[in-house]
Order: sequence, then C-alpha cells, then structure tokens
Amino acid sequence: MAGYILKRLLSAIPVLFGISVIVFLIMALIPGDPATAILGSFATPENVERLNADLGLDKPKWQQFFIWLGNMLQGDFGRSFALNRPVLDEVLERFGATLVLAGTSFVLCSILGIIAGVISAANQYGWADKGITFVVLLGISIPSFFLGMMMILIFAVQLRVLPASGMWPIYGDHNLWVLLRHLAMPALALSVVATGVIARLARSAMLEVLRQDFIRTARAKGVHERGVVWRHALRAAMVSIIPVLGIQAGFVLSGAVYIEVVFQWPGIGRMLVDAILRRDILLVQGGVVFVAACYVLFNIVVDVAQSMLDPRIKT
Amino acid sequence: MTAALRVTDLSKTFEMKGGLFGKDKPGVRAVHPLTLEIQEGETLGIVGESGCGKSTLARMLVGLLPPSTGTIEIDGAALDNADPAVFGKRIQYVFQDPISSLNPRKTIRQIMEAPLKLLHGMDQKQRAERIAEIFATVSLREEFLERYPHEFSGGQAQRIGIARALAAEARILILDEPVSALDVSVQAQVLNLLADLKARLGLTYLFISHDLAVVEAVSDRIAVLYFGAVVELGRAEDVFRAPRHPYTKLLADSAPVVGRDLTAPEGRETELPDPLNPPPGCAFAARCPRAQARCREEVPGLGEFADGGHMAACFFPLEEGA
Amino acid sequence: MSAFLKLLARNRLALGGLIVMGIVVLLAILTPVLPLADPDVTNTADRFQPPFSGAGLLGTDHLGRDLLSRLMWGTRLSLAVGFAAALLAATIGAAIGIVAGFYGGRTDNIIMRGVDMLMAFPYILLALAIVAALGPGLMNALIAVAAVNIPFFARNIRGITVGIAHKEFVDAAKLSGMSNARIILTEILPNVIPVIVIAMSTTIGWMILETAGLSFLGLGSQPPQADLGSMLGEARSALISNPHTSVVPGLMILVIVMAINLLGDGVRDALDPRLKSGALNRPLPATLVAKDRKPAPEHAPGILTMSGLETQFHVKDRVYRAVGGVDLAVKPGEALGIIGESGSGKSVTALSVMGLVASPPGLITNGSVRYEGTDLVGAPYETLRSMRGRAVAYIFQDPLATLHPLYKVGDQLIEAIAAHRRIGRDEGRKKAVELLEAVRIPNAKSRVDNYPHEMSGGMRQRVGIAMALANDPEVIIADEPTTALDVTVQAQILSLLDDLRRDRGLAIIFITHDFGVVGQLCDRVAVMYAGRIVEEGPTRAVLDAPQHPYTARLIACVPELGQGKRRLEAIPGLPPVVDKLPEGCAFADRCDRVHADCRRGHIPLDGSGGRKVRCLYPVNLREAAE
Repeated sequence: MAGYILKRLLSAIPVLFGISVIVFLIMALIPGDPATAILGSFATPENVERLNADLGLDKPKWQQFFIWLGNMLQGDFGRSFALNRPVLDEVLERFGATLVLAGTSFVLCSILGIIAGVISAANQYGWADKGITFVVLLGISIPSFFLGMMMILIFAVQLRVLPASGMWPIYGDHNLWVLLRHLAMPALALSVVATGVIARLARSAMLEVLRQDFIRTARAKGVHERGVVWRHALRAAMVSIIPVLGIQAGFVLSGAVYIEVVFQWPGIGRMLVDAILRRDILLVQGGVVFVAACYVLFNIVVDVAQSMLDPRIKT
Repeated sequence: MTAALRVTDLSKTFEMKGGLFGKDKPGVRAVHPLTLEIQEGETLGIVGESGCGKSTLARMLVGLLPPSTGTIEIDGAALDNADPAVFGKRIQYVFQDPISSLNPRKTIRQIMEAPLKLLHGMDQKQRAERIAEIFATVSLREEFLERYPHEFSGGQAQRIGIARALAAEARILILDEPVSALDVSVQAQVLNLLADLKARLGLTYLFISHDLAVVEAVSDRIAVLYFGAVVELGRAEDVFRAPRHPYTKLLADSAPVVGRDLTAPEGRETELPDPLNPPPGCAFAARCPRAQARCREEVPGLGEFADGGHMAACFFPLEEGA
Repeated sequence: MSAFLKLLARNRLALGGLIVMGIVVLLAILTPVLPLADPDVTNTADRFQPPFSGAGLLGTDHLGRDLLSRLMWGTRLSLAVGFAAALLAATIGAAIGIVAGFYGGRTDNIIMRGVDMLMAFPYILLALAIVAALGPGLMNALIAVAAVNIPFFARNIRGITVGIAHKEFVDAAKLSGMSNARIILTEILPNVIPVIVIAMSTTIGWMILETAGLSFLGLGSQPPQADLGSMLGEARSALISNPHTSVVPGLMILVIVMAINLLGDGVRDALDPRLKSGALNRPLPATLVAKDRKPAPEHAPGILTMSGLETQFHVKDRVYRAVGGVDLAVKPGEALGIIGESGSGKSVTALSVMGLVASPPGLITNGSVRYEGTDLVGAPYETLRSMRGRAVAYIFQDPLATLHPLYKVGDQLIEAIAAHRRIGRDEGRKKAVELLEAVRIPNAKSRVDNYPHEMSGGMRQRVGIAMALANDPEVIIADEPTTALDVTVQAQILSLLDDLRRDRGLAIIFITHDFGVVGQLCDRVAVMYAGRIVEEGPTRAVLDAPQHPYTARLIACVPELGQGKRRLEAIPGLPPVVDKLPEGCAFADRCDRVHADCRRGHIPLDGSGGRKVRCLYPVNLREAAE
C-alpha cells in the first residue's frame, strides 16, 4: 500500500508540471504588455522597460516559464499589484475559507447523494424513487447562484434566521456556532447540484449491480435483502461511485466560485473573479496553479481509497 | 501434393509493459514456435483448453495479430505483409460469436458487399449476382439481405458469417470455435453445411474447438495444443482412440461419455502452469503421472515420438492402446 | 427513427420537457418579430416597476428597461450559446475520443495524458483562466465552457470506442479489406453516435448553466447586451429591495434547464437498448407470484416437488411462457437431470423453486413448489429466505460472475452460514476452512483469504460448491455448473459432486445441455423443450431407448468421442419462440413423424413405471434399435 501511494505521488509530478505549462500557455495568450497593464497607460517608456526587466519579461518565453516555475517551487508566487501583497499569502488565506465551505459541501453531498441513490434504486419505480428522482432533477437544474439568492431572500430577509453573507460577523465572537450559522446556507446551496449528480449515478450504479449474478448468489444463500442491498450491492457499486466523487469534488470547488460571490464568502473563488476583472494576472496564475495542485493531491486520495476498496486493482 | 498453408516457427509473445519507472518485464509466450502444414482440401482440427493459445494462433494466421517470429506461406508464397486486406483474399476467418461478428447497425447486404467491393472491386450489378449465388450456396433466403443482425438466431447469423467469409473467395478458412455458441441441434446443421461447402468448393479448413467430439467428427488430422505448443498431432481417428501424449489421454478420459463411470481422471487437484513463470521442462510435467526427472528439465520437441504421421512431444509416450 | 420518437413520446416526463422546450425555442426564434419593447432602451424614471403594473408585463429593471423584452432576448442568447458550446465540445471531444480509442497504443497514451492533464483542473479554474486570457465577453465564455467540457466527452467516447474496436465485427471489417479510415466512419461511428447524442443531450443543460454562471460573474456577456446569467448578475444588487428582477431570469433558467434535462433523460432512455429489454430493472427479493395462481396438488412423493409450475416473462405486451406446466419430484439422495437447449426453460424452472427468477419481468403464474410438503410459491419472504441455502442451495454457472468480486472467499462462506445462525469470527473461519477442505481445495487455510479473481475457474467453482454446502442443505440445484469450465476441470467437479451426494445423501437437481454429463451423474433425467417436459425416465433407459422423437434426434445430433470423422444428424429448423407457441406439440414443425392430430389440443405427459413421454406417436423399441 505504501508503495502504491508513493507511486501515485510520483506520477503526480508530470501532471503538476503539465498543469503549470497549461496555465502558463493560457496566460501567454494575453494581448499587450503586462507592465503597461500594471503601470497604467500613462507610464513612461523607461518605467515600462524597467518593470519588464524586473519581471523578467524581456527574456524568451520558455525561460520565463522556468523562472516562474522555479520561483513557485521556492514558495514565491510573485506579488499581487492590486493588493500589494505576496500572492501566496493571499491565496493561502483565501483557500482556507474555501476549504471550509467546499469541504463541508463535499461531505454533505457524498453522504446525501449515496443514501438517496441507494434508496431510490432499492425502491425502483416506487414512491420514494419517484420523489427522490424529482427532487434530484430539480437540484441539477437550478443554478446554484439563483438558489443561493432565493435562500437569502427566504432565510435571511423573510425569516431572519440565518445571516445573509460573510464567514464571520463584523463584530462578535469567532466560535464554531457562529461559523456554522454562516456556513449553513452557502454549504447547502453549493452541495445541491453535486448531491443530485451523485444520487443519479449511485442509483444507476446500484441498478446495474443489483442484476449481477453475485447478487442472485447472495439471495440464494439466504442473505436478508437489507444485507443484499447495503452490503453486497452498495460495496460493488462504490467501485463506480468513488471515481465520480473525485470528479464531483472538482465540481464542488468550481461551484464554490458562484456561491462565494453570492454569499460574500471570503474564499479563493471570489478572489479569482475579482483578480480577473482587475487584470491582476499573477494572482490569477498563482491561485489557479495552487488550487489545481490541491485537487491533484485530492484525487490521489481518491485513487488510494479506490484501491483499498477493490482488491483487483494492482497496488 | 503442395501444402495449402504452411507455418514455420510461428510464435507470439505478448510484451508486458513495465510501469512509468519500472523495467519492461519478460513477455508472456502465448504461442511457442510452431511449424504446421495443412494440405489442400484437408481439415486440420486444433483442440485445446482455454488459455492454450488456439485463438492467438488463429488471429495470427489471418493477419489480425502480427506474429513475434516465423512465417506464413499460402500455396508456397510467403505472406509477409501485415495488412489484413492482403490476407483477406487468401485466407478468411469465421468467428466464434456469430452475432457480435456482425455490425449491429448495418444490413446484411452492406456486410456482404464490403469484401466484394474492397477485395475484388466488383460493381453493384456483379455484387448483387455474387451475393445471390453465395446465399444460394449456404441456403439463406435473399430476403434476409435487407435485415439487421439482431433479427437473426445464432445459427442463421453463423451462416451469414460463413457467407461473408466465402465472399472473399479465399481458399482457406480458419474456423475459430464456429459452433460453440450454438445449441446442439443447430450445431449439427452448421457443421454439415461446412462439410458440404468444403466438398463443393474444394476449401481447406483449420477447425479450432475445445470440444473433442466435434473436432474428431469434422477433422482429417488433429493437433492437440497445450500451453501454447502442439503436444500431439495425428490422424483424427487415432488421436483420441490411441493417444500417445499423456495430456491427450487425460483430455479423452475427461470427456463425459454416457455409460462410463464418473471418476476424476486426475487424482490430484491440479492447475495450469503460470504463464508469467513457465516451468523449465515439459509444461505438462507437474500434472503428468509418467513424468520423470528429464521431463522437468528439458522441453520435449514434437519429433520425440513419431509413428508415420502420428507425432507427440513426449519423452515417455504411451503405448498403442494403453 | 420513428421507433425512437415513439419511445420518446411514451415517456410522459420527456414529452413534457419536449413541449416546454419547443415553446421556449419557438419564442426565442420569434423574438425579433414579436411586438416587444426595445430591450436596451433605458428609462430611469420608470425603474423597478413591479410586474403587471402597466410598465410592461413583467415590469422593469434597475435602468427602467422592459423586463419581458430583456427576458426574451436573453433567453435567445443563452440558448444559442448553450447549444453552440455543447455542439462544439461534443464534436471535438468525440473526434479526439474516437481516434484515441481506435488507434490505441502510443496515440491513445499521448492523447489521454493530455486529457487527464486538463481534467486535473477543477473545470472552472480552466474556464476562468481562459476568460482571464481572452478577456470577458460572451464569445470567450462560450469558448471557455466548450473547451473545459472537451476532455469529458473525449474520455467518455474513448471508453465506448475501445469497447467497439475490440468487437469481432471490426476484425471482420479488416478482413473484408477496409482501411482504418473507412472502419472508423462506417463501423465505429454509427455505433458511437447514440452515445454522443446521449452525452450531448444530458450536458446541454449543464452548458447553459455554465455560460449563465460566467455571465453572472460578469465574465460573459457585457452590457448592454444581456443573457439570462448577466440579467441575474445585474439584479443581484437589488435582490432585497426588488426581488422580481432576480426571480424572473432565475426561474427562466430553471425552466429551460429542467426541460432539457427531462428531454435528455428521455433521449437516453429511448436510445439505451438495455432499457428496452428491461435489463435495468431491479430484480425484487423474490419472484412475483400472480394473484390468480392456482396451487397444484402434490403429484408425486419427494423431498422437493414441483407441480404444474408455470413461470412467465412479461415484457411490454408480450408474454413469454418460459415454463409451461412442469411436474418434477426429487427424492433424498437422488440425482435428477434436467436437459434441454437454450430457451427450453430448464434454468427458469430451477430458479423458480426458491423465487430467484428476476422479477420483473418474471412472474410465477401457476402451480406449486413443495419442500417437505410446504408450498414455497407465494410463501412470505421471510419463510423463503430462511429456506434459501439452508434447505435448498444453488450452484450457478459462471463462478467468476457468481462470487462477489470484492469480498474474500472465506468471508463469503462465513456470510452464508451467518445468514441462518449466529456464528463467531473464529468459529466461522474454522468452518470456512473445513468447507474448502470438503471440496478438496489444496491449502485451504491460505486459500480462505483469497479473493475470487486470485483463483482459477475450477477453484472458484469449488468455492461455489462449498458455499452451497455451508448449511448442510437437503437439496442442491446445480444450474450448468461446469459449462464455463474446461473438460479436465469439469471431470474433477463432476466427480466431486457425485462423491458429496453419496456421502451426504443430498438430492441434486442438475441442469445441463450435455447428455454425457447427465449420463454419468444422474439417476433420472427429464428432457425439456419449449418450456415443457417432453420425456422423463431413468437415465439409461431414456438415453438407450428414447421415446420422444426430439430426444432421439437430439441424441443423434451430438457426436460421440471415438467414432472418427462422420456426417451428423441435424434437426432442421429452430425451436419455437415461447411467446407464440403453436397448439399441440411444440416440436411438430421439426418432426419427421408428425401427424395432423399432433397440432391439436393438449398432449399430456403419459406413461408408466417412471417412464413418461409427451408424444402421440412415440418411437418404439424396435425403431430405436434400428
């Protein structure tokens, strides 16, 4: 097992390298001169030239890439000109907030989605199945940002039971209860789509498994139907559910961008949108690479979980 | 008499890919170097259990799989081009699963026309005539031509598969388990059709099967394959009646026969050797009741025992009638 | 195509989606000619007018622009962008996937590495990076959304293509002289297109959401032009004071995406052949029993008796009479063979005993199955469950598919015991090892921790037998247990079963298509054809002197080892399909002894002394000898 984890970690190196190449290539598409963008259109040519030299922008592109990569490996992601602070500091601070939001949502949607899918499949065409299918359909069809806005209207404006925005109140204590109250709406709004997707997949994976021969074997030896569904079928279905959990984690991270904007959550998604609108390129570049790297590592965790579940995967 | 098909030292080793940083491992040898001749108009049966390499051999013979070593000659001319289209005119293949060998989204006519158009460049009128002729030969109704594969039973689909192989006008047919997916009552129909076609069109067959009785019933000669190598070769009526190789005898004794008492012909519980780690000597030695020290060190060649056309790869062959 | 539309129309939800979608698309197309206010004319004096207030049907937005008009134009834009993105992503993704899947090897490796690289981004990061580089704008948002979805299509289509490229018909096409390009276009593509359509129809909704999302963030359409997303984005600042400006575009997105998803599901269901055949139905814990089933009296003594058993499959409006009235009985210590070709109903008969026929579509419509006198048909689930494996155990055909792939064989054995009595961990393990030893598995102590995939076919089938023995059942039903095995392994398994039967006094019902196997193992044999028993009797008597013409000719079809090259006796024609059985004898059309009265009325299974035959003109001894 340790060997397998090591192997997966090593194989992440080329992927991370590829990610930085892709990000660099996309950013190289930006028309015009970054120095001019930073200094504004009234800058003198001398100032532009000096800044270009400072940023290493007078060198060939491939050299620029390796300088950028080398700096990142040493923890230097550059400086955000708009915020006037190191990119990494800003990214780390914001990513923590995103992790709280996205992590909660991910746990929520995994559990709810799988349970809903199993119940739906076990009662195929019954009332529970029909009800779950309808709710799931609604869930995957509603834009999460619209759902978030409606939740604010209902729970914050009309019922006044939950705070409308932010992660912490401006005044007052920072304790878990306060955090949970702020977290409730955004986490729920964020998990709705992924819950729907996972529930649908879990349902079809369960239906696929339930007609396999080994299910008939389990029944033939007298295993109770509860055991057949939750022990035999779900375990086998997890083999196709787990990779989708990995993909859905990416979707939850992505959806967090909208939710953070709607709920004023101080996360990295909102930071990126603001940075793009301000053309703060180094902040965008650094933020994207950092989050992508974290996601790659998360997917290794998913692979390891998969290999623990399925003995047929060679470790 | 010239050999219709001659293979010399034909072998296949599947490479095993090492990991990203690992070294390539030694490959799995699916077919050991093999030399065979099939005379014109002959049916050579190849019999063996799963994993013995019989399908790998068949796919090499029709050019679907490039051999690792060796040559294939048809009517004395070497086939050195790995292009299946070149093979197609000389040698054709009838598949095991008749339904999945027909594209579900094409009509039977479209399927039948492909070899006529692409291998023989016939125009539409010629094609229609030829298809009618072939369908009459295999006793299929022409109205089937406009239908899709899923509308046919296994037996009918296999007739269509045979008709397609005939359309290429190859003189040699490789029949890879052509009846094992069919029920016995239909199986006999297809086997009889194959026998009629051979007599009428002067075809040469290589008939691959795991069913000893079927192979015996259709073949002139039989080759027994074990672990990628021919262990016995002889006339069909001799091979199972008077086997010389202990493995052939085990096969013959294992076949369920009405009226014979049920006893496991092997006392011990045995398994095939590991292809990743093949034994140094005879592959059958571990299961063989007659094995001696030499069998575990040296690999016996097919010439070890020869009596007329009857050959066996065994240092200590069985006596006639043993 | 028309069949596809018919299937789609049958699905009421999909039809609803289609209608809603049709209306929305029609309105979007007609928007330029409808009498609407100019969507971009501002009138700040009339800002934030509520709906139905006179200033336009839906009121006005923060700049006093007519909301209805903006909604219609926005819908038009959102739909166009969503469809364009889906089409773009599907086309490029499918092309990449097909090339990678068909060529395999290095090509595949390089392409899929690239795809994996792109999928290593949470997709919005890539989209944001692209928009950041190209600048905000609707066209750029479209490109970004299409681009991030290409890897998903590519990977999906590649998987399907790999499956098709390994099908035998692709090999056949190569042998027909087709070039690779022609194979891709005429053999692969027609089989992949349904999958592409399914993938597209289930992602269009998603694409619309995504482009709306980018616009919502201000990265898509730029003012004054507005799609639904940017309308929502602009309205957000007035969410609390004037919610209607948010609700209107938000609901529109919801309606569109929901209609598309309903339609997409309908398309998927109509194109997926497995749904047509009912193969994706969840089989119930026990086979359904028809309400009007009539129990039948026990016709013969035995530990397990089936009387007048009828099992049918109801698929759509067709009724397949898989088992059409079977009477069988097995005594303790006896081995009864049921022989027949595929479709004869032999397996369904066996599975009906413990209610294991997949249901739906299976349904037991008549008759009884009695174990020691108790009727199991229609018995409560708990009764049936407690008998399964304890009184009557099964051995199935393909041991790789019938064992759970993710549990150790030892745990599967222990579970079989634990289903019927409490057993501790250590005791269970000890018992599991004993069971493995009883079926002569070498090194049982270490084998108990193996997973099924680590064993050979023969060893797996021994585990299957051990599992059947776990609770010392009285009856074992073996459904073609050696068909998937090699002949040398088959011989070992058969002799094991024979020994177990003699040592433990088990009754065995052995289902097979092989006369040789029946001849060696079974005391009595029943021959099935088209769902009925056509002949029954002591094995040697039936095999030596068959009385039913079908039995006689079936035996003649099978070559026997040791007779050399010869011509076989074939039976012309095919067995009847059990959804339209002819009146009278089902074999009449293939029989060379058929008389006019063979095609009339019910022909009973008659006979004496344990020998029975369902034929008006049975083969007599003299004929059989000839």
